[in-house]
Amino acid sequence: MPETIVVATAFVVLLVDLAAMRQRPTRTRLRCGALLAGVGCLAAAFWPGASGPAGTTNYYDGLLILDPLTQLIQQAILLLTIFTALISIEGGFTDHVGEYFLLLLLATVGMMFLVSTANILMIFISLELLSLSLYLLTAFNKQNLASAEAALKYFLFGGMSAAIMLFGLSLVYGLSGELNLGKIAAKLVGPTLDPLLVVALVMLVTGFGFKVAAVPFHLWAPDAYQGAPTPSAAFIASGSKVASFYVLARVLMSGFHDAAGSGAWRGFSPGWVPLLAVVAAFSMVLGNLAAIAQKSVRRLLAYSAIAQAGYMLVGLLADNPQGLAALIFYAITYAFTILGAFAVVGAVQQAASGDGFAAFAGLRQRAPLLACSMMVFMLSLAGIPPLVGFFGKFYLFTAAVHSAPANLGLLWLVVLAIAMSAVSLYYYLQVLKQIFVTAAPAGSPSIEVSLSTNILVTLLALGALVVGGAPNLLLGRLVALIK
Amino acid sequence: MLAWTVYISFLGAAVLLLLDPANQKAARTIALLTAGMGLLVALAGVVQYQAASGIVPVCDRVWIPSLGIRYHFAADGISLTLLLLTGIAAVVGILFSWNVAHRVKEFFAFYLVLIGGVYGVFLSFDLFLLFLFYELAIIPKYFLIAIWGSTDKEYGAMKLALYSFVGSGMVLIGLIAAYVVAGGTTFDLVELAKFPFPEPFQRWAFPLVFVGFAILAGLWPLHTWAPTGHVAAPTAASMLLAGVVMKLGAYGALRAAMTLFPLGLAAWRDALAVLAVIGIVYGAMVALVQKDFKFVIGYSSVSHMGFVLLGLMTMTTIGLSGAVLQMFSHGIIAGLLFAVVGRMVYDRAHTRQLAELEKMNLHRAMPFAAFTFVVAGLASMGLPGFSGFVAELQVLIGAWRAFPTLAVASGLGIVIGIAYVIRTIQQSFFGAGAGAGAGAVSTLPAPGVWEPISVPERIGAAILMSITLLIGLRPSLLLDLIVPSLNSPLMSHLVKGGPL
Repeated sequence: MPETIVVATAFVVLLVDLAAMRQRPTRTRLRCGALLAGVGCLAAAFWPGASGPAGTTNYYDGLLILDPLTQLIQQAILLLTIFTALISIEGGFTDHVGEYFLLLLLATVGMMFLVSTANILMIFISLELLSLSLYLLTAFNKQNLASAEAALKYFLFGGMSAAIMLFGLSLVYGLSGELNLGKIAAKLVGPTLDPLLVVALVMLVTGFGFKVAAVPFHLWAPDAYQGAPTPSAAFIASGSKVASFYVLARVLMSGFHDAAGSGAWRGFSPGWVPLLAVVAAFSMVLGNLAAIAQKSVRRLLAYSAIAQAGYMLVGLLADNPQGLAALIFYAITYAFTILGAFAVVGAVQQAASGDGFAAFAGLRQRAPLLACSMMVFMLSLAGIPPLVGFFGKFYLFTAAVHSAPANLGLLWLVVLAIAMSAVSLYYYLQVLKQIFVTAAPAGSPSIEVSLSTNILVTLLALGALVVGGAPNLLLGRLVALIK
Repeated sequence: MLAWTVYISFLGAAVLLLLDPANQKAARTIALLTAGMGLLVALAGVVQYQAASGIVPVCDRVWIPSLGIRYHFAADGISLTLLLLTGIAAVVGILFSWNVAHRVKEFFAFYLVLIGGVYGVFLSFDLFLLFLFYELAIIPKYFLIAIWGSTDKEYGAMKLALYSFVGSGMVLIGLIAAYVVAGGTTFDLVELAKFPFPEPFQRWAFPLVFVGFAILAGLWPLHTWAPTGHVAAPTAASMLLAGVVMKLGAYGALRAAMTLFPLGLAAWRDALAVLAVIGIVYGAMVALVQKDFKFVIGYSSVSHMGFVLLGLMTMTTIGLSGAVLQMFSHGIIAGLLFAVVGRMVYDRAHTRQLAELEKMNLHRAMPFAAFTFVVAGLASMGLPGFSGFVAELQVLIGAWRAFPTLAVASGLGIVIGIAYVIRTIQQSFFGAGAGAGAGAVSTLPAPGVWEPISVPERIGAAILMSITLLIGLRPSLLLDLIVPSLNSPLMSHLVKGGPL
């Protein structure tokens, strides 16, 4: 089973590092660890026994569900982990290589379990496994005070949110008497919304909102993205978003199907849809407006991540298969794009000892491949065609509007999203202006970029172009699987 | 075959990126070859087109089945006219950029990507595809202005990018709404044009999509990005921006907004016609008082695009054909004007202030430039014999049928146009000179000290002048493409006023 392989890989990496590699230079240890982790993840991703095209295998009444859609998402997560491991090679921020990769892989395991379960208790356990690993990964740079501060904020905030979510989950259990999402949905059928259910929904949204960094649960994100070491930040921004959005979609769409309500303009009815609509609206507005004022590129990416969470929530609000396909498509493609962006930022930050705009000045001359890839990533995040981010946003907005064809109910939210996208173009262009327009200050050396980073960003940039031009490559599979 | 205009441009850009940055000659040659091939393909398309064939399919493939999006290229007479304009503008723009010395390959790479995007818009018959190319064009524009521009380049570039993006955002909302209301099955232009959208829906969808496109066409009062952006841009970019990119907006307004939502058009045409005429008159009046040579041309572009928008609102065959012809004609003339101002004058004199140019005796220093500018100015005024006259006459006839008062008001715009052209010609080229014999020592270079007008510039100017003259004397060359397309099933519902 894939998760077993990943856990085994984690311990193998740790043991190899502890037993054989202690005396070697850090770089060699990092390379070895990354290689082992990569091989293990690849094996897990293409493990033939996971599920057949015949369909779903369901263990222990929804505790572990193996179906082709879950496998696809797990493969995406594993690929993200491999790329994060590649970025880690440049790290140099820690001596504890084995422990680092162990935590990375355990976080991956947490994500894999998170996406393959329909049992609320298992959801909580996997979420905790993921979160605790991420807190530790954030703190890993012991020489940097910012890293410790970021981790502490992340942990305190996260611990609180986890507690609130657990409370909400226990309320759900109390109301329905079931742990399986499908059975919960069956028990919660009713004409009116139970007030206790509303409380439970709010608490669940709080817990998941923290994970995806939606307003007003976003306060940890700028510090975590800025202070954490580059590969950890990249991992938080990419993998955990994919897993969290998918499980949020699953919980709300299958568990609370009848409590959906409506967020349509002039057609409001209470439920989780209007709740998330408000969260999405605030996320988009606050994320984009705050990003304009940032002087540090990493914080800019953090606020933009908050805004992107808002866009993804818009897709979720459609509450139909098309919306789910749009959400997963956007989450996966966004994750790869932001990973690439963090790789570039990390390389520049190492060379310039800072990630302010000035560090990027004239990057086009100093590291052309990084500059071109960053152009692709920034424009994809802004939603410029023919890159994948454009199509992702388009599909999200179309799914949202299409969910209520009669009165175009969610159009108000889509209008807000598009307006805020225009705002986002401004700050993404500011980064690109530094890279392409501003001349490099005299005497600044060209940046040494390792082969692995170059290959990684080129691959990701090409992927953004290819999937943008032919979105059906991923979308076709998703639509077929979400039937 | 016509799709190759797009592919060749993008391929050319990709090849340019792989070149050695020091090899400027190769960059220029490849760029010129690429643009030339694109022009030849467009020309071949025009020559082969038979009016009776209506909409010529170019390529139609399934692309994203779950949304009903197809990779659908097709062309009718209007598309071909504008494809031809793009080809000409591309080649001439490269000729006038022969002297760019800074980051040459990147300049031409961005340029070719922009051209490819523009070709794509004119060929797309699937609204998603049209929107994709439309938005794709925004980023090369930003970089062309921000890197190679002059006055206030970073501000001008960002303003242009944001205005364009907001405009296309408005279009996107309208397009998604139209898709959903039509059943959520297809984005194809012809299919959606057949769908009877409910009138209340059209009443808000039409102005949204039309204004979204028309921002890029310089609709007053959302036109302020245009003078700033055109002045800030390097010569070739200004030629392309004023010449072709503004036509993207008008084309989108015609093809998407007007074709899909005719009832909405009927409801809003009076208000939009008023805005168009204000643009004509206001643009001309503001051009009259400009101190910077390039700003005069920038505002004159706003004024001339007002004619396009007015023609579109007339909903008569003659008015609409005048609007499309004006798109072509102004593309050529604006290209010529910006070429003189930017390449011939500014690159040598290093000033665009009319007060300073007055003293430089430019008609002696650069007689060819003076000649070109006089010809361009006459064409811009609407002198018979040049293409501008035919186009504006048709628009005025159509406007007279639809809105007589507004036609008179736009005639006023033409009169003011004559005024600012003559004023500008006089001040820039035929100024009084540096006060001969007044005893003051002139600090300005004597005539003849500047680099002579180079061969690429002469060729470019000759091409543009001869085309505007050709179309002015034989407009049927293009009208034979445009008018049948307006009478085709797709567009005929727009035309109430009967045949020409």
